Amino acid sequence: MRWVWIDRFLDFQKGKSARALKNLSLAEEYFADHFPGYPVMPGPLMVEGLAQTGGILVGHANDFKEKVVLAKVPYARFHRDVRPGEQLIYDVRVTSLREEGAVVEGKVHCRTPGSTGPGELAVEAEIFFAHLDQARSKAIFGDRNFVFSGDLKLLMQHILPLTDKQPDKPG
Amino acid sequence: MPTRDEIFAKVSETLVEALNVDADEVKPESTLQGDLGAESIDFLDIVFRLEREFGIKIPRGELFPESIFQGDPDFVANGKVTEKGLAELRARMPFAELDEFEKDPQVMKIGELFTVELITRYIEIKVKEGAN
Repeated sequence: MRWVWIDRFLDFQKGKSARALKNLSLAEEYFADHFPGYPVMPGPLMVEGLAQTGGILVGHANDFKEKVVLAKVPYARFHRDVRPGEQLIYDVRVTSLREEGAVVEGKVHCRTPGSTGPGELAVEAEIFFAHLDQARSKAIFGDRNFVFSGDLKLLMQHILPLTDKQPDKPG
Repeated sequence: MPTRDEIFAKVSETLVEALNVDADEVKPESTLQGDLGAESIDFLDIVFRLEREFGIKIPRGELFPESIFQGDPDFVANGKVTEKGLAELRARMPFAELDEFEKDPQVMKIGELFTVELITRYIEIKVKEGAN
């Protein structure tokens, strides 16, 4: 399974906010076990989706020079079950951005494809990222930025055209 | 200019949010690590929240100067902070109450300096600086 919990970016404001989309398919493996006969998206995977949206936003703010790692989730609140066939909209907003790390506030809304409106609130969370200490991580991992590699790079291709245009209207 | 009690109340709220503790657990003498269960990453979280809450800038390593004892072997000998180390602490943390610590300056006990009271005093100084 690919460890990518967003399908594409819809909006991207450098260093400020990002909106991403995730479609949920019954073919995704975890639905078989979570739970047999009653497939629901596991809450921590939605937090991971927010963390990936926020992590790329925070990484992009420094042109991906920092290794951005999830350090802490001060709170996460789950409001409703999310089922296959639904669509998640991840919204994250940067509340602090410093040399040592960053904090984002995130919301996940859930809607049925084709429906209008912002959808229903499914998750709210605050996520705190640390910038891995440059000197030490260089000794351990070398020059390669292991955070922003592999499948996450596919997503970043969407960012460039988005940063040049106005934000999408919600809904 | 907020009073000391107002600053303490806001610091206390900040710690409740950052460390997920009950408000009545946060007393001036509570130590962040020992009493309130803070881990290293929480210190950064606390700094971020204090900046937002009070509208101040907290330069890296000013409130929690974690690096003092990592570089210089002159600062610690046999598990105790040396005279030179104490001078460095006094210079870097003018907002800390070092009198008690200096009687038995075991490096292991440095964590006990970081109390809710220390943060309150630090913020008080920063808010005054900002107002001038």
